Amino acid sequence: MRKTKEFIIEKLIFICGFALILFVALIFIFLLKEGLAVFKTVTPFKFLFGRNWYPISEPAKLGILPLIVGSLLVTLGAALISIPIGVACAVYISEVAHPKIKEILKSGIELLAAIPSVVLGFIGMVTLVPWVKSVFHLPTGLTALSGSIMLAFMAMPTIVSIAEDALYSVPRHYKEGALALGATHWQAIWRVMLPAASSGILAAVMLGIGRVIGETMAVMMITGNAAVIPQSILVPVRTLTATIAAEMGEAVVGSEHYFALFAIGIVLFVISFAINVTADLFLHKRQQ
Amino acid sequence: MKNPYRTQSIAFAFLFLATLLIVIPVGLIVVIIVQKGLPAINWQFISDIPRQGMRAGGIFPAIVGTVYLVTGAIIFALPIGLLAAIYLSEYSKDNLFTRLIKLAIVNLAGVPSVVYGLFGLALFVVFFKFGASILSGSLTLGIMILPVIITTSREALESVPYSFREVSLSLGASKWQTIRHIVLPNAIPGILTGTILGLGRAAGETAPILFTVAAFYLPQLPNSIFDQAMALPYHLYVISTQVPNVDEKIRYGTAFVLLALVLIMNLVAIIIRYKFRKRKKW
Repeated sequence: MRKTKEFIIEKLIFICGFALILFVALIFIFLLKEGLAVFKTVTPFKFLFGRNWYPISEPAKLGILPLIVGSLLVTLGAALISIPIGVACAVYISEVAHPKIKEILKSGIELLAAIPSVVLGFIGMVTLVPWVKSVFHLPTGLTALSGSIMLAFMAMPTIVSIAEDALYSVPRHYKEGALALGATHWQAIWRVMLPAASSGILAAVMLGIGRVIGETMAVMMITGNAAVIPQSILVPVRTLTATIAAEMGEAVVGSEHYFALFAIGIVLFVISFAINVTADLFLHKRQQ
Repeated sequence: MKNPYRTQSIAFAFLFLATLLIVIPVGLIVVIIVQKGLPAINWQFISDIPRQGMRAGGIFPAIVGTVYLVTGAIIFALPIGLLAAIYLSEYSKDNLFTRLIKLAIVNLAGVPSVVYGLFGLALFVVFFKFGASILSGSLTLGIMILPVIITTSREALESVPYSFREVSLSLGASKWQTIRHIVLPNAIPGILTGTILGLGRAAGETAPILFTVAAFYLPQLPNSIFDQAMALPYHLYVISTQVPNVDEKIRYGTAFVLLALVLIMNLVAIIIRYKFRKRKKW
């Protein structure tokens, strides 16, 4: 009796482990199932590199290049802001800060990670957007720049906490060796700690960028949602994620528009899959 | 000659500056929302339905909707997540299957939230014909928070010393008895932390519920899990972008309630973790 019970429980545990693989497979299969249908009407090349996104005109124009460029522009801006600040903050927390301040700073970073993206989007709308508008004398503050700044904040918790982990796991004697040879604390950090932690820091940066590309609500609320290829960082753009979120509500199930939005989902899934797998490889390289 | 100590002072000053650049805005965000949102909070705001096209009244249906969604998500995700964590920490061998599971967790954690929304729409709403409903939304959120629950639970299980298991096994207990009576009780605070963090995440996400459950406006509360529901994060999105001329007080008030809800959950999780660390004797 007890043996059967244990047998069932152990099988159940095994099935739950398997369920995780199943969920990822299901996500991919259902994205493919709904998304690939769009390629009956538009070639993959035209879909990816078409310059016009007019999904509800007759005939519909389904080129997502403006959306890809929008996502890349916002992501690039966010990366330029968040990588130096995030890595510097990680170094400060792990190497310089007093232990008590360190705990407070870490809680602050955790706090930032916990704020829902729609709240950050709202705050961006009421503070950052008017600021960008008045500083650059623009007709609207809903621009790629506003999106980049806001997204930089959303990437920072990821970058800081993973980079800090990476620095923390550098063996103590590396640093002690450098200090014993007469290096200053900063020289030890710059010449020894950072290179030793580089693969972990790289993973941190990649995961931060992954978070930025996938971010939806804040971006939709503050980038202005204009599906044209942007000429500068001070104009409204529309990202891949925002397009899905904004348009799926109106798309009829089974229409070309619906399929196209799922095809954008495939693009996003593939990008995030690639980023996460690569980052994971870097993290494991560090552990070995 | 370059003075290395001066270089160090300058470098550390820059590091400090970078830290301030993150911490000060975080503080400002919280302060702004509390300062402008707190005055909007009163019993009517919490307990009334939205009135006059959401330009007056309260946010009660949105709060209830979020509570339903979060509860549903955790009912689905906690058992699966916990058992999967047990598998990874107690049963898994270093083989292809385990590596695939770990890869799956990494990917579930990295899939953009709006893609979860698409997935929920395609699988639960359309394929299983649940429609836009609390059930579809909860399942979508549940899958999304699995990685949080699994990662924290697994850490908690693995931090139980190996000797505990050996003693139990040597006394004649079976593997499952050891897990059930020795490992799990010692890992409960960690599992609880993960569950609460998952709850907080589910409460704050908007994109996964956009097409699976969220209703723009509902005059009455949902009656069953097959009904649509309003939800706090979606409501905040709607009144800040879709409805013109909403009183600022209502927007800030809604943002405050949502932020408070999520932060309180995180705070509870942090406190549990902290107390547990202090109490731990091994």
